[in-house]
Amino acid sequence: MAILVIAEHDNDSLRSATRNTVAAAARIGGDIHVLVAGMNCAQAAQAAAKLAGVVKVIFADAPHYADQTAENLAALIVPLVKAEGGAYDYVLAPATGAGKNLMPRIAALLDVAQISDIVAVESADTFVRPIYAGNVLVTVRSIDAVKVITVRTTAFDAAGEEGYAVVESITAGPDLGQSKLVGREVSKSLRPELIAARVIVSGGRGLGNGENYHKLLEPLADKLGAALGASRAAVDAGFVPNDYQVGQTGKIVAPQLYIAIGVSGAIQHLAGMKDSKIIVAINKDPDAPIFQVADFGLVGDLFEVVPQLTAALK
Amino acid sequence: MKILVPVKRVIDPNVKVRLKSDGSGIDLANMKMSMNPFDEVAVEEAVRLRESNLATEVIAVTCGVSACQETLRHAMAIGADRAILVETDVQLEPLSVAKLLRAIVEREAPELVILGKQAIDDDANQTGQMLAGLLGSPQATFASKITIADGRAAVTREVDGGLETLECGLPVVITADLRLNEPRYPSLPNIMKAKKKPLETIAAGSLGADISPRHVPVKYAFPPKRSAGVRVADVAELVHKLKNDAKVI
Ligand SMILES: Cc1cc2nc3c(=O)[nH]c(=O)nc-3n(C[C@H](O)[C@H](O)[C@H](O)COP(=O)(O)OP(=O)(O)OC[C@H]3O[C@@H](n4cnc5c(N)ncnc54)[C@H](O)[C@@H]3O)c2cc1C
Ligand SMILES: Nc1ncnc2c1ncn2[C@@H]1O[C@H](COP(=O)(O)O)[C@@H](O)[C@H]1O
Repeated sequence: MAILVIAEHDNDSLRSATRNTVAAAARIGGDIHVLVAGMNCAQAAQAAAKLAGVVKVIFADAPHYADQTAENLAALIVPLVKAEGGAYDYVLAPATGAGKNLMPRIAALLDVAQISDIVAVESADTFVRPIYAGNVLVTVRSIDAVKVITVRTTAFDAAGEEGYAVVESITAGPDLGQSKLVGREVSKSLRPELIAARVIVSGGRGLGNGENYHKLLEPLADKLGAALGASRAAVDAGFVPNDYQVGQTGKIVAPQLYIAIGVSGAIQHLAGMKDSKIIVAINKDPDAPIFQVADFGLVGDLFEVVPQLTAALK
Repeated sequence: MKILVPVKRVIDPNVKVRLKSDGSGIDLANMKMSMNPFDEVAVEEAVRLRESNLATEVIAVTCGVSACQETLRHAMAIGADRAILVETDVQLEPLSVAKLLRAIVEREAPELVILGKQAIDDDANQTGQMLAGLLGSPQATFASKITIADGRAAVTREVDGGLETLECGLPVVITADLRLNEPRYPSLPNIMKAKKKPLETIAAGSLGADISPRHVPVKYAFPPKRSAGVRVADVAELVHKLKNDAKVI
């Protein structure tokens, strides 16, 4: 069996989600190849070659992969999967925004169904995935010849870095020129990546406005070396950018410690964080649903409690 | 410019799902059903484009059982001009829906297809991208802003690191994120008007698409329940517990 993992990277380094996806591939078992397609992405390809369990890195370097458009990537990957001698039985990518955008296009062009967001591998053709905002787990068996899968990164521990794979450069696919990137607003942050952070401080509508969000949560996050997250209400109200959102339609996280501050705990928010190891809730409403999943709940006014907490941490 | 908006009937996001007692599926009996929230956003966006004279007609389409007509009436109450039900009792997967939608796109030739980014029942997040692939069209997923000008679409997308804007020629397949707009509540007169708008039913079998399922559900189960922990009295107790009991700081 051969498995193709689509790497996520910024040309220089691999995104952590790729490591979790390789770990999921290892659970399936078989030869794992990683595709690194980008522009000037040799360094990312070298990083992929070190991932434990990877036997080959396929490297496609061309200007028309700089923006990672789904049309061009699919046009590269579909023939690769079907190629004689090089055929793959599985194509895996992380269930991140990038993977979710790309993989269904590949599946449709291969005429196979996609298995989204798997959290467990039961056997070579059977997988577990959450549905209904994580309120139900369904076990599905796929009868397709090629299995196109996206992986919930929090469900698989990252692959180690003790591997040594060969890197093979391939000819780029066509530039279809169907969509063009004309603007990008990237949130710059020195904090850990949200989906891979060990500690997350997350704020909701209870903070009132963006100024309070930053004034209260940044110092706490600094003390804890934490990433910052938010509820949808906090993003909708403009406290923080969209990429902070945790939940059914935002990022799925599972840190060692998740501190929810002024977040009510709607099911769509819980869908993104209830697999965290320890959950702390700070909320002035003793009946807020967040307390039903919190290991430690503190009922109180966040404007008093959060500065106290920050001060209490050395 | 015609806009096609595929919509899905799902269990209302505010009700708790139940499982059939033998674990063989979701219990849909007597459940409150609604339009998938992302699809309401998609319909609203299409209607706004027509209201600002950038589009001439908005067509809502759904694939599923006869009861999905309700969902189409709701789309027309928001402002869609007409609707198509692709009727089938087959359990549809996103790939099957995408194939049925391709047949409808070939018939209607819309310049824009706006879907929801994900259905909140299966949480698949596939159909729009699959449809774009089958059509060989450009795709712009997770849209939080759409601008149509000079026969092109500029779409701002919510991506992992922030926002990006893609420019594509038409026809294009777009999927809507929740921040694209705030859907209106249909007024009573518009709900009445929607009852008289044209709703065509097409048998899925007549479209010549292979919609046989590729996934065999083996088991449905609730995830292990997280038990509520303890209430702490103050910050000092919280810090003590995080350090000594949980050992996470
Ligand atoms: C299809 C769909 C998808 C969605 N996806 C997501 C998603 O991905 N992520 C997400 O988060 N939401 C999502 N939502 C929205 C979700 O339903 C909730 O509306 C949202 O999570 C609420 O955010 P919140 O908890 O910040 O706000 P609220 O529910 O308004 O809660 C604010 C909380 O702050 C507390 N508070 C107020 N003042 C103070 C104070 N001074 N001190 C202490 N506590 C205080 C209040 O008691 C309250 O509990 C989705 C909804 C839908 C329909
Ligand atoms: N049965 C259906 N009929 C029409 N449109 C659908 C159907 N299922 C899904 N869609 C559309 O595809 C989007 C994504 O659904 P999914 O890929 O299932 O998460 C939805 O928001 C709808 O716009």
